[in-house]
Amino acid sequence: MSAEFLVAIVYAIVLVATPILLAGLGELVVEKSGVLNLGVEGMMLIGAVTGFAVTSLSGNAYLGVLAAAFAGSAASMIFGFLTLTLSANQVATGLALTIFGGGFSALAGKSFLGKTVPAFTQLFPTELATHPIWRVIFGYSPLVYLSLIMCVGIAWFLKRTRAGLILRAVGENDLSAHSIGYSVIGVRYLAVAFGGAMAGIAGSMFSLVLTPIWAEGLTAGRGWIALALVVFSAWKPYRLLVGAYIFGAVMTLEVHAKAAGGVFSALPSEFWAALPYLATVLVLVIISLRRGSSSGAPACLGRPFIPSA
Amino acid sequence: MTMITRRTILKGGVALAALPALPGIALGQEKLKVGFAYLAVPGDYGWTYAHDQGANDLIAALGDKVEVTKVENVGEAGPNVERVLRELAQQGNKLIFATTFGHMEAAVKVSAEFPDVIFEHCTGYMTGPNLGTYNARFYEGRAVIGTIAGHMSKAGVAGYIASFPIPEVVMGMNAFVLAARKVNPNFVLKAAYLSTWFDPAKEGAQAQAFIDQGCDVITQHTDSPAPVELCERLGIPCFGQASDMAAFGPKMCLTSIVDNWGPHYIKTAEAVIAGTWQPAQPWEGIKDGAVLITPYNDTVPADVQAAADAVKQGQIDGSFHIFTGPIKDKDGNEFVPAGTTLDDGALLSMQTYVEGIEVIE
Repeated sequence: MSAEFLVAIVYAIVLVATPILLAGLGELVVEKSGVLNLGVEGMMLIGAVTGFAVTSLSGNAYLGVLAAAFAGSAASMIFGFLTLTLSANQVATGLALTIFGGGFSALAGKSFLGKTVPAFTQLFPTELATHPIWRVIFGYSPLVYLSLIMCVGIAWFLKRTRAGLILRAVGENDLSAHSIGYSVIGVRYLAVAFGGAMAGIAGSMFSLVLTPIWAEGLTAGRGWIALALVVFSAWKPYRLLVGAYIFGAVMTLEVHAKAAGGVFSALPSEFWAALPYLATVLVLVIISLRRGSSSGAPACLGRPFIPSA
Repeated sequence: MTMITRRTILKGGVALAALPALPGIALGQEKLKVGFAYLAVPGDYGWTYAHDQGANDLIAALGDKVEVTKVENVGEAGPNVERVLRELAQQGNKLIFATTFGHMEAAVKVSAEFPDVIFEHCTGYMTGPNLGTYNARFYEGRAVIGTIAGHMSKAGVAGYIASFPIPEVVMGMNAFVLAARKVNPNFVLKAAYLSTWFDPAKEGAQAQAFIDQGCDVITQHTDSPAPVELCERLGIPCFGQASDMAAFGPKMCLTSIVDNWGPHYIKTAEAVIAGTWQPAQPWEGIKDGAVLITPYNDTVPADVQAAADAVKQGQIDGSFHIFTGPIKDKDGNEFVPAGTTLDDGALLSMQTYVEGIEVIE
């Protein structure tokens, strides 16, 4: 196995892992504030189509990503209004957001079918970015570096800042946070908006980096994997990072096993296709066995907050 | 034309509530109501896109004589298929097209319940008094692109992004590698089943894995243009599937195999209107215009274009059939003896991989 081949594998893993990492980080912050937004897939699709449309019209991929973040955020505000202001059921509203996102993105993307967009410019000099070995560090889309910065930033924010402490307090005990004067609903709105923006950026990773095309249902269920990843990570950003890369590794193993044949032929292709999901189940089992009594989930997760109550 | 998407139905009870109102639209009594059940959405740029083009051709050709209803996202299998076909029949459609292999059992069942409705099922093999099938000889197109791949591949290794291990797909990869090995006897085809017809990110990842492992030509039997787009960026020759994908690979998409269902849809609707429809199992190819090969990319050298045209022409005049023996299976045993050609029944139930294919089944 040559070094170039290893680089190719690592490169593929990072690319596959990044969108689920981005969306997972956003959802982690949302859930830390006590809100369960199952609409990640829908917000990703809205981000994907918006990012593609804006890049296609403006020719600037950065503008596309920015627009995708705004669009994801705007979509999450529908969820926010229903669940936070009107105290609607979060699970049902989140599912509705996913279905809405699928339909809306299909409609909005109709005129962009069959088009392609210019790729991102490289961050690093071309000699490094396209070098057969060094591309493993320098050759990625800017969104990959953004996902790593966000991971460190979110870990620091949650653990080391006052605002992060307030966010966690709102998620752990909304009544107490409310009684000492914090706006539970306000904090949750901000968290939901942030989660929407991250899901939007994750979606734009599909339509601008992985497969720079627009097609209906482009994200093909990756939003659900991001949701599973948050549970998998026990709501810890660094563990989410590791989880995303493990998941990316398993998905890359799948395609390489199928391409290689040989010893991998011992198991049928359906097994390789199921492998990422088997891995998810397995890790969840291991985590719940080891974790014992403390689940790691924010105590108020999924519970609507009604101040007068 | 009425457009109902499964998504709209799911999205709210509003669309659902509107459904029973549809039979009420009885403007033209003489209009033939035609229903289409789509696997996915026309926006896939692949299989469903091609059927939708065919449906649009039907509308363009027969105009006021037909009223077309399309149902998107019916899926490949499951209880949904049966429900959609039954709904279409109940809404007064007299001709219903079920457009993917997995719709077969539902088509058989529902056609028995509605004897006065004519059903046609794409790529299946079961018929009834009011149920016909239709298919196109895509393997003819794959023999043409396999010939091009045999000439263009320096490594002699191509990657085939496949969906499910059904006869149609096995036939496609066999035709491709048989044609390529007529040019380069050592040609190897690596094939991978993705267990999906449409997942752009996965199709792209599989194409990347093939390229990382040394394939220098990529072809696909899945529906999204993602592999073509990736190959364009990496400078790897590739072929479009189901619709013309040249827009995604201006330099590297050498040609596309286009499914052209329009003529069949027009012919069938006309036969139903005239009252001459009989259950049949047409299986048309390049000769009949059911399978189109788009113009070759300028990057294909003239001698390669000539070789591809020779294969195309041979299939049109009947002098060449890709499944004429001697053919060995992938373990080296005799599959088709010298001088014999597989008949259509053998083709439609093909489960044997020919020599040169590496695949995890």
